[in-house]
Order: sequence, then structure tokens, then C-alpha cells
Amino acid sequence: MALSTVFVALFIFALVLLVFAPIMTWVERKQSALMQDRIGANRANIAGITVLGLIHPLADVIKMITKEDTMPDGAHRFVHLISPFIAVAPAIISFAVIPYGGTYEMWGAKFTLCVADLDYGVLFLFAIGSIATYGSMLAGWAGNNNFGMLGSIRVSAQMISYEVTMGISVVALFMIFGTLRLTEMGLAQQETFRVFGFMEHLGWVARDTGWVNAITLPMWGILLQPLAFFMFLTALMAENKRAPFDTPEGESEIVAGYFIEYSGMKFGLYMMGEWIEVVVISALLTAMFLGGWALPWLSDKALIDFLLPRFGANIANLMAMVLGVSVFLGKVVALIFFQMLIRWSMPRFRYDQVMNLGWKILLPLSLANIVVTAIGILIVQEVVAK
Amino acid sequence: MRMALFWIFSVAALGSAVGVVGNVRNPINSALNLVVSMLALAGLYVLLEAQFIGLIQVMVYAGAIVVLFLFVIMLLNLRGSGAPNAETQPLVKLAGTALVAGGSYFLVRVLATGRAPWPDVDPDYGTTRAIGEALYGDYVLAVQVAGVLLLAGIIAAVVLAKKRLE
Repeated sequence: MALSTVFVALFIFALVLLVFAPIMTWVERKQSALMQDRIGANRANIAGITVLGLIHPLADVIKMITKEDTMPDGAHRFVHLISPFIAVAPAIISFAVIPYGGTYEMWGAKFTLCVADLDYGVLFLFAIGSIATYGSMLAGWAGNNNFGMLGSIRVSAQMISYEVTMGISVVALFMIFGTLRLTEMGLAQQETFRVFGFMEHLGWVARDTGWVNAITLPMWGILLQPLAFFMFLTALMAENKRAPFDTPEGESEIVAGYFIEYSGMKFGLYMMGEWIEVVVISALLTAMFLGGWALPWLSDKALIDFLLPRFGANIANLMAMVLGVSVFLGKVVALIFFQMLIRWSMPRFRYDQVMNLGWKILLPLSLANIVVTAIGILIVQEVVAK
Repeated sequence: MRMALFWIFSVAALGSAVGVVGNVRNPINSALNLVVSMLALAGLYVLLEAQFIGLIQVMVYAGAIVVLFLFVIMLLNLRGSGAPNAETQPLVKLAGTALVAGGSYFLVRVLATGRAPWPDVDPDYGTTRAIGEALYGDYVLAVQVAGVLLLAGIIAAVVLAKKRLE
């Protein structure tokens, strides 16, 4: 990919991400208010203009930046300083491999809407995600605070446990799509499959029966691997340490957990990291399970073929790109809403429940899922080959 | 570009490796240096077109094993306990000096051989597909044997960790 197109991809992605993070604070407040039958954030204003409370993120940022930045006695100064950055950087970096659109050719340039379209895309995400553990873990230790320490220990145990499930639960999906590259996964999900095609192979109906050919579903990950979707979502949410998995920062037991000794914008960075992570989780799930940037039953190729004779190559590609990015963002927003729905409707798990869920339920299930999927793929290959 | 990255990663790997053994006061500092060393090594792997191994290096070593080290250090609260009299044992000092001297000698010799041309490997050499085909095609028996070995190790660990056996 040419350098200029990388910059275009980077620009769009930075724009989206940086706009999303502050708005998330507003979304979270407003949604919790909605669910608890309150009005929610509506006081912050500029000359009386409140814009539905959208000024609040701005007020929050100003407050956090101007707050005193404290350094506790006996803290490990350097580690205490860098931990928030270690926590927030992986969340931002991991966006680099997520495709938010297909490949479009217009005005002589080729745009792939993915900053780094890597062969090992998902693995890169896992690797980067595993580094994020340090940000939370070191924070609690460096602050020289016993509550923080407890939070650190909880955080490290939880994140290591769920990393295992996170990796294994999606192996079945890799087996089906045969790739780790997220753009290829997006393209593979634009295909469709005949829901009752198996009846043809079993000889129950004649070949090329009209209604069998007509009833198709897109090959979305969530339809092929529904169990993997929910296990992956659970593991990702546990990795992100948000309610109901927020034992590391359980207010009622250990005050604020690992970031107890942080104030001002450093505290804000932890919050920001969590929110960006929510966006990343949604984007990743969209790319892997919800068909990425495509509408169901409408592949990129079909779309371009439809638009090309009407608008010409450049405009058709541009329109496809705008549609692709909007569809992707729409799915992401829906998933963010879903995650917040979970956050505000589930009570916090007890610590042993978190561990039991990870090791005794999710891990065996995800391993079984691999075996079942392997058998399924084998059967499909045998049947289709005949 | 590649050469510059090579030097950056090499210096980081070696420097932090020295930091791992040099930090006798605080085990957490050693562990953190180990993380940097692991990450730099991963960078070197990627430069050598072994991206998959590089990523696994980050995931397994930097992301899990050193986290466990840190976990244990935190759990035992080894903070500020000092090194177990490494400074007082002359034999340890002697061995360390010899090791460093030997290592430096080889390093200097390697550097003196001049700049060897960058190895020209196939870009598909270290991809996930290539590794997968090698592991589950050519060397599937070895993978199976390693798997059985690991299983035995896990079972042994469970047996050892269990307080009482019926």
C-alpha cells in the first residue's frame, strides 16, 4: 500500500477514535440515566447551550487536566508515571489492524480502509492486548497502597485467565474462514450460504429446488459460530475489566482498586483506555462476527457492479466507501449500546465467580467448540465433495 | 531503515538484559527490564520475517509469563528485600565476570566480521500459513509428542499443587 493511502486510512481512524472516546462518557451517562429513569448529564453549558449534555465531556477533560497531579509517598516514581500510558496505548494501537471498509479504487489511487492489513491481524490484537495487562497491574503496585495492590493482583489473575479463553474461543472461527487477516474475514462474510442446502445433499429435495436456493443467510461469524461470539464477547469484556467483571476496581471492597492512587488526567487515561477498549471490542466483533463493513446479502462486488453504470467508477467507489464506513460505524454503535446495556443491568460478579466462569465454563466450552467445529467442517467438506 | 531498526532493537534487548541481572535491589525492576528485552526480541524476529514467532513471543513471554513473574513477586511482596547476598559471594562475582567477558568477546568478534548482507528470504517464510503447514503437515508427529509431554506436565503440576490426594 502506498504511503499516502496509509495516511488517509490513519486520518479517518484517528478521527473516528478520538471523536468516539469523549462521546462515550456522554453515552454512558445518558444511557444509564435512561435505564434508571433519570435525566442524566444536562448542566454543563457554554452560554446556556447544553446540546443534550454533550458539553459534559469537554468539562470533564478541563477538570481532569487542571486537577493536581499527586504522587503518593513511597511510590515507584517511574512506574507510577508510565503505567497510565501503558494502559491506554495498546487500546489505541489495536485499532490499526481493524478494517472499517473494503478496498476502493478511485481517481487512480487504491484505498484499503485498514491502517495495517496484516497477515496475522487477530494475533497482533491478542499480542497487543496482552501488553495492556501491565498498565493496570503496575499501577496498583507502584502507588504503594494496599488496596491498589489487591486490585493489581486481581487484575493480573483475571486478565491472564481470560486471555486463554479469548484466544481459544475464536479458533473455530479461524478454522471456518481459514485466515487470520481481518480484511479477508470481512470479505468471506459477504458470501451467503443456503440454509436448507443440506437437504439437497441428503437427497430430500431435488437439486436446484427454487425455495432452497432462495433462502440464504450471509456467512456472518455470529451465524456460523454463535457460541464463539458470546464466549469471545464475554472474554473481551472481562479483559476490559468493566462491570460485571470489575472486581479489580470493586468500589465496595477495595475503594478503586489498581488506580486508587491516580488523580487528574492520569486517572482520566484509565477511564479513556476503558472507553476506547469498548470501541475496539465493538469494532473487532463487527469485523469478525457481524459481517464487517458490508450490509447483509450485499457484497462489495455486487454493490460496485450496481453503482458503476450509474455513476462512473470514481463516484461509485466513493459511494461504496461512504456506505461501507457508515455501515461499520452503525454496527459498532449498536454493539457499544449492547455492552453498556450489559454494564448497567448486571451486578458485579464475585471474584471466585469470575474465575469459575473463565476456567470451568468458558475454557472447556471453547475447547469443545473447536472439536465440534472441526467435525462439522470435515462433514461439510466430505458432503460437498461428493 | 531495517538496519536502523535492527540496531535499536538489539541495543534495547541487550541493554534491558543487563538491566535484568543488574537490578539487585528491586525484583520488579528486573521483571520490567525482562519485558522490554522480550519485546525487543520480538522486534528482531519480525525483522527476520518470522512474524508469527515474533507475535507469539509477545503474547506468551511478554504478555503471560512475565506477568506471572510479576504476579508472584507482588504476591510474595519481595519489594526492597534485597538480593540474596549475590554481592558477597566471590564465586558468583567471578562467574559473572567471566560470562560477561566471554560474551563481549564473541560480540566483538561478530561485529568485526563486518556487515553481512541482510538475508534475502521469501516474504511468505514466516507467515501463519507457512508455520501452520510446517507444524500440522511436515512435523505433525513432533507436535503430537510435544502435546502429550505438555499434558503430562500439566497433570503433574495439578497433582503437586493438590494439597491432599484421596
